Amino acid sequence: MVEFLEFTLEGVSAGMIYAAIALSLVLIWRGTRVLNYAQGAMAMMTSYVALIVINHTGNYWLGFAVALAAGLILGAAVERIVIRSTVDKPPLNAVIVTIGLLIGIEGLAGVLFTSNNRSFPPAYSISGLSVGTVALGITRNDIFTAVAVLAAAGLIALTFRYTSVGLRLRATAFNAQVARLLGVRVGRMLTLGWALAGLLGALAGMLVTPSTFLSPNSMDGVFVLGFTAAVIGGLESPVGAVAGGLILGVVLSYAAGYLGGEVVNLFGLAALMLVLMLRPNGLFSSAPARRV
Amino acid sequence: MLPNDLPERPSAGDTVSLPARAGGAARGPLRWRPPTLARHLGWAVLGAIVLGLVTTKLSDFRDYEIAQVAAYLVAVAGLSVLIGLSGQISIGNGAFMAVGGYTSALIFIHLHWPLVVIALAATAVSAVAGAIFGFAAARLRGPYLAGATLLLAVALPSLATRFQSVFGGDQGLGFFVSVPGFLGVSFSLSRYQAWFTCGFALLALVLLANLIRSRVGRNWRALRDDEVAASLAGLNVARLQIRAFVVSAACAGLGGVLLAVVVGTVSAGLFALSLSIQLLTAAVLGGLGSLAGAVWGSAILVLLPSYLQNQSISLGISQAKSGGVPIVAYGVVLIAVMLIFPGGIQGALSRLYAWGRRRPAGDHQEKGST
Amino acid sequence: MIGSHRERLAAVAGLAVLCMLAAACSNSNSSGGNGGALTASAPGITAKTITIGSHQPLTGIAAPGYDEIAPASNAYFQYVNSHGGIYGRKIVYKYLNDQYNPSITSTVVHQLILQDGVYAIFNGLGTPTHLAVAPFINSEHVPDVFVASGCECWNNTSSLPDTFGWQLDYVREGKILGSYIEQHFKGKKIGFFFQDDEFGQDGVKGLSYEIPKSQIVSEQSYDPTNIKIAPQVAALKAAGAQVVVSFSVPAFTALLKLNMLGLKYAPQLVVSDVGSDPITLAGLLASFAKNKTAGFGNSLTQGIITDSYLPSLGQMSNSWITLFTKIYDTYLKPKKIPFDGNVLYGMSVGYTFVQAMFKAGKNPTRQDLINAVNGGLPQGVAVAPFAYSSSDHNGITGAYIGTIKDGVLVADTGVYVTDDTASGAITTDSTPQPAAPASGIPKP
Repeated sequence: MVEFLEFTLEGVSAGMIYAAIALSLVLIWRGTRVLNYAQGAMAMMTSYVALIVINHTGNYWLGFAVALAAGLILGAAVERIVIRSTVDKPPLNAVIVTIGLLIGIEGLAGVLFTSNNRSFPPAYSISGLSVGTVALGITRNDIFTAVAVLAAAGLIALTFRYTSVGLRLRATAFNAQVARLLGVRVGRMLTLGWALAGLLGALAGMLVTPSTFLSPNSMDGVFVLGFTAAVIGGLESPVGAVAGGLILGVVLSYAAGYLGGEVVNLFGLAALMLVLMLRPNGLFSSAPARRV
Repeated sequence: MLPNDLPERPSAGDTVSLPARAGGAARGPLRWRPPTLARHLGWAVLGAIVLGLVTTKLSDFRDYEIAQVAAYLVAVAGLSVLIGLSGQISIGNGAFMAVGGYTSALIFIHLHWPLVVIALAATAVSAVAGAIFGFAAARLRGPYLAGATLLLAVALPSLATRFQSVFGGDQGLGFFVSVPGFLGVSFSLSRYQAWFTCGFALLALVLLANLIRSRVGRNWRALRDDEVAASLAGLNVARLQIRAFVVSAACAGLGGVLLAVVVGTVSAGLFALSLSIQLLTAAVLGGLGSLAGAVWGSAILVLLPSYLQNQSISLGISQAKSGGVPIVAYGVVLIAVMLIFPGGIQGALSRLYAWGRRRPAGDHQEKGST
Repeated sequence: MIGSHRERLAAVAGLAVLCMLAAACSNSNSSGGNGGALTASAPGITAKTITIGSHQPLTGIAAPGYDEIAPASNAYFQYVNSHGGIYGRKIVYKYLNDQYNPSITSTVVHQLILQDGVYAIFNGLGTPTHLAVAPFINSEHVPDVFVASGCECWNNTSSLPDTFGWQLDYVREGKILGSYIEQHFKGKKIGFFFQDDEFGQDGVKGLSYEIPKSQIVSEQSYDPTNIKIAPQVAALKAAGAQVVVSFSVPAFTALLKLNMLGLKYAPQLVVSDVGSDPITLAGLLASFAKNKTAGFGNSLTQGIITDSYLPSLGQMSNSWITLFTKIYDTYLKPKKIPFDGNVLYGMSVGYTFVQAMFKAGKNPTRQDLINAVNGGLPQGVAVAPFAYSSSDHNGITGAYIGTIKDGVLVADTGVYVTDDTASGAITTDSTPQPAAPASGIPKP
């Protein structure tokens, strides 16, 4: 029983990490209708920036803040310089451009920082918490991660639903031409969407990199699972991203714990296909399933 | 909306039967064109002769590179047809290459069939795998389909780790082909590999070219351009989509067999996620929906990284850094080509050709698809 | 007909003297002659250089740590080059990036052999990657020396006669660790944590040969692309494992330790050589340690038991460590590469190669190098002898057990030597390790 509890809590804390990535993907999708395959790589870059600051100043939270700022700037820069010109082209071009960014950013990190694994500080202590004598298997850092992700998800949901900025972002994604006619500054909204997603990605990087250690390819595995979580939850809603992350995290945790490490990916695929066969647009999508 | 999306116009002499000339030449002069299949076979035979001569003249290493390009070409061409013609995305064709590769290795080790039969059998198995996945994913579109294929690419090779004793796990399965006796004792292995892979690649290209110009190909394009309209026009959308997946999976499977022939072993590391991503980038880089584009894309995929690494070393950059330079460069090339030439390389070449002929690009759509 | 018998004798004698003179003059061009000129005796060998090639993961998921090995070997080669080279020839080491992808490995090795014409393939890294090219290398009759992988598969004199391993293979290592555990942790519950590839599985195979089945309570594997290993650690804890043996790479050893902290689970940790380098581990755990003890390490690696087949980096008095520290300071420190287990590995295998090349002779053919290794090599930097013979292409045959104390590996036992069969005995090797040559270069 204790084992089951531990697996569940571990799944939840892993799921929060996947949800962090999923949130940034959802944000970009809802805002700009592009899937950013370079999201993980960009988070890796901002984590390197944070590490440089932390090592120089000894101050973790300063590095944290710099990472978030770097994420904002990087997201905006990428959109403005590279993604903008793909807006009126076939959507697959934007996909390839983001893949090109993924490859280029990882390669650049390798050349600048070498491929060595670097230790990355967590925000809070990583020694286990326990209730009485029962070790829960989660740490203060895991709780901080969960709180940060939930807060981010909540903020995004609120922004999209209740603020005019959120409305304009959604309008831009839904139909840029009409939005422009209605007075929305489409270009600015695109940049804003990517900047916010960059910030979220940087947050995800800061939360997960202590566990992956920092190297040019450190975000690859987590990104694939975060992407899966986003698809499971439906790319349309932040709530879906969190739910998708939790479901995936817990399923993978039980698989690894009861059945062994080699089947984890297979179970992930099974879970994904199961969800998609029932709801082709993810769990929390509002769009009706297309009948074929 | 995807590139090459102008409506297809039937080429003269293809499917339209025209009145006899004597009746009045209101339509203008007719050019007789041989039937499609014969035309494609003709090109293939010409290609085979040219390749046969070229590989004989080139060094062993160049022959080996040609063999590699041919192996990837089949998979890239299949993917290009899937995405460019039927509008479905797949970041998972590496998984189908794995199916083809492992199937061929298993048959080779346990049943010892002739190599050609193995290639056909493995292609068939991959086609079945494509049908299964296509059926499961029939209702998925856009990013959801992308996500499903992405995880397929990641998860399927881990079957090899799970069932160690069958698939050889990390070590993989040996697939050492040797030159068949009738070619002579001193026939180089690299040249045999080049001939084998190019032979199958040409065959696959002929079949794909026919498919592109057939009714199925037209139906795919209709599906891609407007799914609802196609469905209203009476096309069975799901069946068409699954058929597209079957074709691309079969091509990927054949590519997997050819890759196994070239490399000599089959292991999970050959079919990592990066392979699927490379296939996708090669297909789009070269030009979607176009077989010539698949050739450009595969050539760049195979030849550019090692060329860049060698150049980097000879420029004096440290070997450690030279390992990373081709990677950055490939990323930059992808971005640059996509921004400057949205139709990929073949799209750019078509435009150049059209500009040279001073005709609108649209007229040359069908030429671009051979 | 010439004249008398005496004149004929003089003619024959003169002819004989001429022949001897001619033979003496032509002798200087044959290989192996003393004081002879250097010739291009094989592909990759010129009068001035020996070119060798390798495939290494310089980028990608396998790169962390392993990308230091080739530069370290190259540093040793540069040292040798600047001190006379090998019979006056300089070693040119061309190592190409294969991103740990067997398909790219095949491409670069084809290039190295067919286009660049290297003399030998040296220290190709990785089991799946090298398996993809070993048959090709052998079919071209190119020496494939000192593969950087602990797979037993390099000992295959029938199908891969030109391929030689170097490091202690994982089955042997598992046996040595297993035997130590069986003796020192009698009755305790043992759990395994291992990478789900041939490295981890061979290690577990070796461990299982020595540890009684009744003691093994849990076997948990991990996939190196998935860092969420908490469930496996929880499973080990639930099974009550008091000793956890880990065949993991350094990143996952560190993660194992971190997850144990998270679960408040503190079994005795026994780690295989690959994943236990104290400097790498300390580096990875640096951000988590509460107190950094003076010197190299920190509290999180304290007490980890491991094995090693090379001298410990902490043994500052060991002649090999002194030599390699000197070489490191000159060639690698300026490049900001840390002096860790990977660098020691790279220099050590480079040393073995130079030994083999000296033994191969002044104008060696490719077969000369293979014969040199088949004839056996002195153990050099390794703590145990090599197994090299014409019937055995395995490398180092043994290791010692030690504990990490204050960030440094401290030996607890002597050197154990064994083979990789289930029933092969584990014996102690009491021959002291030879000291490094004063010049740092093996004697020809």
